[in-house]
Amino acid sequence: MINVAGIEITPELVAFGGLATVAALAAIGVVAFNNAVRSALCLVVNFFLLAVLYFTLNAELLGISQVIVYTGAIMVLFLFVIMLLNLGAPQILHEKWDFKRPAGIVLALVFAGLIAGQILPSLMSASRPVSNPALDAYGSPQAIGRTLFSTYVFPFEAVSILLLIGIVGSILLAKRRI
Amino acid sequence: MATLTNIPHQIELRTSEEPFPTAKTQRVKSTRTMWNWLEHLHPALLALIRVLLFVLPILVIVPLLIWWERRLLSWMQDRIGPNRVGPFGLLQTIADGVKLFLKEDITPAKVDRLVYFIAPALALFPAFAIGGTLPWGPSFGPLHLLTPIADVNIGILYVLAISSLGVYGVVLAGYASDNKYSLMGGLRSSAQLISYELAMGMSLACMVLATGSLRMTDMVSSQEQPLWGAVSFIQNWNLLTPFGVIAGLVFLICMVAETNRAPFDLPEAENELIAGYHTEYSSMKFAVFFMGEYASMFIFSGIFAAVFLGGYNILPIRWHYLAEVMPAMSGLWDFIDSINYWLAPIWFIGKMIAGISFYIWLRATLPRLRYDQLMALGWKSLLPLATTNFIVIALWLVTTSVFGVALGWVWAIGAFVVLGIIYRLTIGMKGVEDRLHNRVVTLEEPERRQVEVVEPPKAATS
Amino acid sequence: MIGVPLVAYLSLGLFMFTVGAVGVIVRRNPIVIFMCIELMLNAVNLTFLSFARYHAVAARPGGPSAAESMMAGQMMVIFVMAVAAAEVAVGLGIIMAIFRLRDSIDIDEMSLLRG
Repeated sequence: MINVAGIEITPELVAFGGLATVAALAAIGVVAFNNAVRSALCLVVNFFLLAVLYFTLNAELLGISQVIVYTGAIMVLFLFVIMLLNLGAPQILHEKWDFKRPAGIVLALVFAGLIAGQILPSLMSASRPVSNPALDAYGSPQAIGRTLFSTYVFPFEAVSILLLIGIVGSILLAKRRI
Repeated sequence: MATLTNIPHQIELRTSEEPFPTAKTQRVKSTRTMWNWLEHLHPALLALIRVLLFVLPILVIVPLLIWWERRLLSWMQDRIGPNRVGPFGLLQTIADGVKLFLKEDITPAKVDRLVYFIAPALALFPAFAIGGTLPWGPSFGPLHLLTPIADVNIGILYVLAISSLGVYGVVLAGYASDNKYSLMGGLRSSAQLISYELAMGMSLACMVLATGSLRMTDMVSSQEQPLWGAVSFIQNWNLLTPFGVIAGLVFLICMVAETNRAPFDLPEAENELIAGYHTEYSSMKFAVFFMGEYASMFIFSGIFAAVFLGGYNILPIRWHYLAEVMPAMSGLWDFIDSINYWLAPIWFIGKMIAGISFYIWLRATLPRLRYDQLMALGWKSLLPLATTNFIVIALWLVTTSVFGVALGWVWAIGAFVVLGIIYRLTIGMKGVEDRLHNRVVTLEEPERRQVEVVEPPKAATS
Repeated sequence: MIGVPLVAYLSLGLFMFTVGAVGVIVRRNPIVIFMCIELMLNAVNLTFLSFARYHAVAARPGGPSAAESMMAGQMMVIFVMAVAAAEVAVGLGIIMAIFRLRDSIDIDEMSLLRG
């Protein structure tokens, strides 16, 4: 095994590195592109790669629902709205340059530095998953279903009410005449 | 109510390693030695073989499908159709493909280049990716190593997830073309696909509930059980069960809408939007869009065949049960059974082609829907129907396990009636009114303008 | 993936969160700001799931068992997804309503409440 700075370079780590690099570049693209459609596309790529990363974490049901919910529904909605606005007035989605840009970047870097300096080092020791074959199927539909409808049934119902309110609210906003 | 605790137990039983033990598993073992070499291959090589066995036929079949569509459509319209190039005109599509290859690839000046180029690829990708979990052959015996490409335990969800990516090709093509008609086509398409995806997911969820598994091969093997758990010599194809009929109809309509085919081809309605989202595409890029459409039609037919039509079985008859009951003719039944097994991919592809023919039939028969009709059908009819079906199946499962089979059916039918009445009084009523209003085309006479005849002032004459 | 340390996943999550925060501060297009919020939510989701997989928190005596904490992380992700979906439905509705009212969606021009 090759060691770089005390970390074993495994094939899995290389694969993760590739995925994570593309995901990070896509995340930068979301902010950097002036064109909103391209930002949305970058976000789609990012979410899709996150779904792949969820698979690598054995969370298969969540990985697939990430694709269904985010890539398949939410981002399509975003694109839909961007295109609708573009159709109405192509000029309105124009970015301008001002002092917020450097200020925002500096603030975010400080934030990232704080977390990376304080929290990550203490977690270096817990760097390997506990290999327990009994727990490896924790992301399967069966396991999630059992937990969701027993221990977490109250939050589940609360979320369903939230979604209902969301539906009613969006209809209320969208309809001109009720 | 103590019996309610039986339900998780029952589900647990179904999701165990081999949920539906079949008598066939035993009998095909004898021929296993002939196919032993398959099991000794490296898993990666085996996976590659599976992928090639799936992708190559699709690539070959898509041109044939286009030919089949043109011929069948012309027969239905009392024409002859392409019959000049090759035998029966079979090479017509190849000739068209060569023509498209050689055409100039025009990129309009003001397109969003990156998006413009990746859109056709995104349109083709889901069609091939969905096939990954499609069980186009038997999942037991020697052939099980060749199909499907990946038998994951979230097969149906995978199908839904990847098919929901299909909208990107259309939307981005519409956006990138920098053309109002393309953009309108893309917008229409995204609204249509999102709306029909819900009903499609709901109808598939019904079948997941009835089967008790998300795995595609389990869905197929559950359909080899006795019909309704009672009629032993007929297979329990989902289309033969009461819940499956409703879910199957909903799925059938939704899959036509999902593939943007007539009568749901509003995104490319030529009399309103030129060619819709692919107006600005020419040459190979246009061909790729075309190919994606046909490939996804083919794959969706395959999903319908696997989930509702008993997968690879040619007829819904349990041959080995017949062989047990009628020992005198067991040789015949076993022979038919082995044909059913060994020619399984052919039966499955036959069902897929039947699905394609259904698409073509629809195209030849039905006029295109209006946009509001499309939305009303999706949201006011299909989605409530599929949801009602889902609720009724859940009720049926619970009541059957608590009160027994007969009372379970009473409860299910009762629930269906009650929900139907509720639907009729709420959404349905509105729908009827709308339809009535829309059917009466009122040509109001424009208000007649009063024309005042103004006399020209008489010139003062002296 | 056994060969990948927990810190790798967390770093990616931290990076995505930071980029999302930058986007929220820097951009003026409310739709892009919305997308950046989604990015931040997803960064948190990734963190939840990687902690769930590596269940580093289960070591504490008297705390939740390993199995419980593994499920808890996933449940949080499910709820975050549901909340994000509701948020997007309402948020995009609001953006459309504002656009219809004022023909502009520049976030800096929305200063009606300033007085």
